[in-house]
Amino acid sequence: MTGGGTALALDGIAVRFGAVVALDGVSFTVRPGAICGLIGPNGSGKTTLFNCISGFYRPQRGTIALDGQPIIGLGRHRMAALGIGRTFQNLALFRSMTVRDNILVGAHPQGRSGLLASAFALPGPRREEAASRRRLTEVLDLLDLAGVADAPVTALPFGTAKRVEIARALIGQPRLLLLDEPACGLNHAEVAALEALLRHIRAHLSLTILLVEHHMALVMRLCEHVVALASGRCIADGTPAEVQNSPEVVRAYLGTPARDARAA
Amino acid sequence: MNARRTALWLFGAALLVAPAFLMSGYRLFQLTSMAVYAVAILGLDIVTGYTGQVSLGHGAFYAIGAYTGAILMTQFGWPYWATLPAGGAAAALVGYAVGFPALRLTGPYLALVTYALAVAVPQILRARALESWTGGAQGIVVTAPDPPAFLPLSQDAYLYLFTLAVAALLFLLARNMLSGRQLRAMIAVRDHALAAEAAGIDIARVKTRAFAVSAGITGVAGALGAIVVQFVAPDSFAATLSIALFVGLVVGGSASLPGALAGAAFVQFVPNLAETVNKSAPGVIYGVLLVAALYLMPSGVAGALRRTLPARLRTSTSPGKATPLPNKGATIHVD
Repeated sequence: MTGGGTALALDGIAVRFGAVVALDGVSFTVRPGAICGLIGPNGSGKTTLFNCISGFYRPQRGTIALDGQPIIGLGRHRMAALGIGRTFQNLALFRSMTVRDNILVGAHPQGRSGLLASAFALPGPRREEAASRRRLTEVLDLLDLAGVADAPVTALPFGTAKRVEIARALIGQPRLLLLDEPACGLNHAEVAALEALLRHIRAHLSLTILLVEHHMALVMRLCEHVVALASGRCIADGTPAEVQNSPEVVRAYLGTPARDARAA
Repeated sequence: MNARRTALWLFGAALLVAPAFLMSGYRLFQLTSMAVYAVAILGLDIVTGYTGQVSLGHGAFYAIGAYTGAILMTQFGWPYWATLPAGGAAAALVGYAVGFPALRLTGPYLALVTYALAVAVPQILRARALESWTGGAQGIVVTAPDPPAFLPLSQDAYLYLFTLAVAALLFLLARNMLSGRQLRAMIAVRDHALAAEAAGIDIARVKTRAFAVSAGITGVAGALGAIVVQFVAPDSFAATLSIALFVGLVVGGSASLPGALAGAAFVQFVPNLAETVNKSAPGVIYGVLLVAALYLMPSGVAGALRRTLPARLRTSTSPGKATPLPNKGATIHVD
């Protein structure tokens, strides 16, 4: 929310797993309020980068700043409170809970009462619960989930379950929303609905969205800013048209006759 | 419709209190002992049923509570009722310490570490160095409390009602604690630890606190058990006690408060029942009954009731429904 600056700034991020270099000095910045797409062939390091931003991995080199504040090494569970919400590539919902409770888990960092306060039914936990439920109502409406709020989350169609994950991230009021392949596994109509939904979210909430996505048509329509990775390096950074026409990107996806093997 | 619920509650309370006036001797003692087991299993349920961290060592926390209570009564002259919070606190402290390895270990590894505790504690209690406190292999004899003068009750009836009151209080506190944000955090840790962390839950904190509270409640049960049985000795707290509590949890239905009660009934009565069926091989009968119970009610008594009771009698509105034991969380994808 710092006026005009950068919502997210990555500088020289490097991650290696043993001998495998997953990320090799990735740097880019994202403007506040942007929808930024992160693309690249399989194995290019997109998800690794995602896991660095959300605190799941700690890069060996480089810095990550959210609204100018460095966030590396702060601990995974603190990211939500700092304003980073995320979804997972494969569904990561709490299987034994209803839709409502799944989403309410995302409100956890906004409470601070403890086990004993609950045991003795003190007013603190009750106040927090009421506040969470107010925000829940807003999120249910925003994501059109009010109709299934009491359904067990395992009973949902895949597309709806993905919306529940987004809702769980949004109830924590993130400044930065990280979506890991939100269109993966969705049919044509669902992808169109997702696009409309993400526009709707951006219009109603002041947040920045960074999404990893393989669905090129969606990325090109939705994002105003695209970053392309290949083999752990940033090979293009610009508008969708610029990135799409970059010879580096074309080579990374399609290969060149002489250097086929390397691009895979 | 609220009157209906109140009536149901009153009926249940009357059903629980009635044995104090209708039964005596060994039969009443069995019910008292069942109430003690119910509290012990309730404690185990918090860490294993709700938070998904399997403990096969809760007999150790029970023993710590029992010995703390017995020592305070016999050597320091504490009144019996005051030993309950002390026994709970002692067990909670040890539980908190055990909770730390629990941060790194999951599934079978954690189960084995807690089992090691269950195996070690009886031997520690027998140790010569501690004999002046613990009485070594002989244990400690505790005098049973007399009912207060204004209550026209037999000692057995009083012990039963006292145990029942303590159990009711602990179930009430547990019910309050297992609600809203706290309950969701525990179940989130159990269902999907990574997603819980991404949602801002400090899973280390949730696990250690669940361990402490869980051990504390089982420790209160131990102190209560010392008063009820009027005797503590290392052999009463062998590793089989931990297994019995775990059996009670699973048969009753994990992550369910009524389940803890049902499990206690199983642990208290089924071994005796097995003995009446066949004196020479009660273990075999017990095993058959255990397998039959799990086959017929895979998610425990509580799960079976949930399926058969009409919806209006269920007490739900909270998460944590119908899950058997912990399912291991998925993993995130590395590109």
